[in-house]
Amino acid sequence: MLATLTHAGAATVRQAATVHSGGHVTLAVLRRPAGRRGARTLRGLLSAVALAVLALGAAPAGLRAETLLNVSYDPTRELYREVNEAFAAFWVAQGNETPTIEASHGGSGSQARAVIDGLEAQVVTLALASDIDKIAQTGKLPADWQTKLPHNSSPYTSTIVFLVREGNPKGIRDWGDLVAEGVEVITPNPKTSGGARWNYLAAWAWAEKNGQDPQAFVKALFQHVPVLDSGARGATTTFAQRGVGDVLLAWENEAYLALKEIGEDQFDIVVPSVSVLAEPPVALVDGNIRSEGQRKLAQAYLDFLYSPEGQAIAFRNFYRAWDASRADPADVARFPKLELVDIAHFGGWAKVQPEHFGDGGIFDQIYVPK
Amino acid sequence: MGRPLIHRSPMPGLGLSMGITLAMLSLVVLLPIGALLLKGASYGLAGIWETVNRERVWAALFLSFRLSLFAALFNLVFGVLLAWVLVRYRFPGRRILDAAVDLPFALPTAVAGISLTALYAPNGVFGQLAAAIGWKIAYAQWGIFIALVFVGLPFVTRTVQPVIEEIEREVEEASATLGATRLHTLGHVILPMLAPAALTGFALSLARAVGEYGSVIFIAGNIPLVTEIAPLLIVIQLEEFNYDAAAAIGIAMLLISFAMLMAINLIQVWSRRRIGNV
Repeated sequence: MLATLTHAGAATVRQAATVHSGGHVTLAVLRRPAGRRGARTLRGLLSAVALAVLALGAAPAGLRAETLLNVSYDPTRELYREVNEAFAAFWVAQGNETPTIEASHGGSGSQARAVIDGLEAQVVTLALASDIDKIAQTGKLPADWQTKLPHNSSPYTSTIVFLVREGNPKGIRDWGDLVAEGVEVITPNPKTSGGARWNYLAAWAWAEKNGQDPQAFVKALFQHVPVLDSGARGATTTFAQRGVGDVLLAWENEAYLALKEIGEDQFDIVVPSVSVLAEPPVALVDGNIRSEGQRKLAQAYLDFLYSPEGQAIAFRNFYRAWDASRADPADVARFPKLELVDIAHFGGWAKVQPEHFGDGGIFDQIYVPK
Repeated sequence: MGRPLIHRSPMPGLGLSMGITLAMLSLVVLLPIGALLLKGASYGLAGIWETVNRERVWAALFLSFRLSLFAALFNLVFGVLLAWVLVRYRFPGRRILDAAVDLPFALPTAVAGISLTALYAPNGVFGQLAAAIGWKIAYAQWGIFIALVFVGLPFVTRTVQPVIEEIEREVEEASATLGATRLHTLGHVILPMLAPAALTGFALSLARAVGEYGSVIFIAGNIPLVTEIAPLLIVIQLEEFNYDAAAAIGIAMLLISFAMLMAINLIQVWSRRRIGNV
């Protein structure tokens, strides 16, 4: 970079360059030799380009404490805000420098795509194993990533419940009630939202267990959906803030969060007889690890999620975690028992994804012109 | 072969300014479009046709272009009126109104979409009024229309405004002394002068609306075959890591847009020829 500048400087006017530690550059013009106007413009331009190149190139460089980017899905904002704070304190207590931990949130699928396209995430914590599988296909992490950490690499789990308006005016008790005349159901689009795929599969599982044709049932269910948001948070907003729909199919943690944030006097949670065991997995992205120090930090971050302290934070943020030893008993007792079906029941994501949600799959067949 | 390959223009700076222009144009316009077409080419014409020739894709394309056209037409009429009011009349708050015209450019489209949704949702201020008469705005095609009008509004106003400023009073007065009514003057003297600029604004507004995603997505409802816009279909294909299909729909949109803009251009050329260069 300095070479570029020196070269440009020699060709134009003499300049003294000072590169500060932060990557900023100051140029001091010492002498401006007289020349033809065109040549001077050209020189000015050249030095401007050189300066731009220098600024662009120098900005990300420089020595800093270890950094970590956690690319996560939509409703984990509150969870990871708390985890990141607690982990930073824990990491410093271990005698390390204060790390810079950043988290990015969005629809699980688009987050995975961002990582595939080059977003430098050292850790991914997404809604679906299939999204991390997609990243693994690029070679950024090993194909058997899900065996690296306990519980299918899922430090916490959740399920799908119903959020209804206060007093449950439409009398919704179970999946079958959702297709009753006049009931409007809010769910995000399974094509763009990981959570919505779980919604769909939970409905499918209920229909199977109750002797109904699952495909006909989910079709009937989606005929009752007036708005398909692209992500879980958007669907919650549509239901809670815009007042659209009678029931929101939501992540359990999202439903409890809505109660906490918007008011317990406005909504009730209804737990259906059957739902899914959603395992949002976490993984270390080997391909984006730049140093040994960073690897240690990333690994410690993931391990922290499994520690009693990390698990307590997950419970506090309405996730069903595994280790309740440090958790507030009230946080643990909150979760009702219900029959949970896991993804293996449907044959695993590798089968479910193309069959149900792929292009022209069963979900696409719901929306055929009449 | 005696002629030099590159003619030196008597105007200074041609080579340099042309070089910069081409380099910049390539970086920000030609390369991305080229990449899109290249992606499509690797997918093949048959593949593109197979992706596009589906009920759901046609429905989305028809919806996107139809509502964009309506929104641009609305903006054409309303934008000319707005420009007229801003230039010709003096009233308190005119400067504020003038500045406010540009707000749709400045506001992030997501913010616009969320604000419009909050207003027109069934529990919003206007949404409640509409619901009372059984009219649904947000989460229906009307909502998409309103969002598209919002994002395209400044184009017509801003292209027509300077032209109205240029029109001299004498022209209207001459028309009046020759016995024309106000309406006749408007129809036969003023509007023809505004037509080329208004058409440019219309084309810009249309192009903007066709590609709009950020604001529409919040207010549309996104139900396939009913309120699903074409850009959303592209996003859905990307979510499925189906880059080829996404590129195919993108190319279809590009071609339709190009044909429409071309048509508008031809109308413009024709209208210029008819009324002379304004």
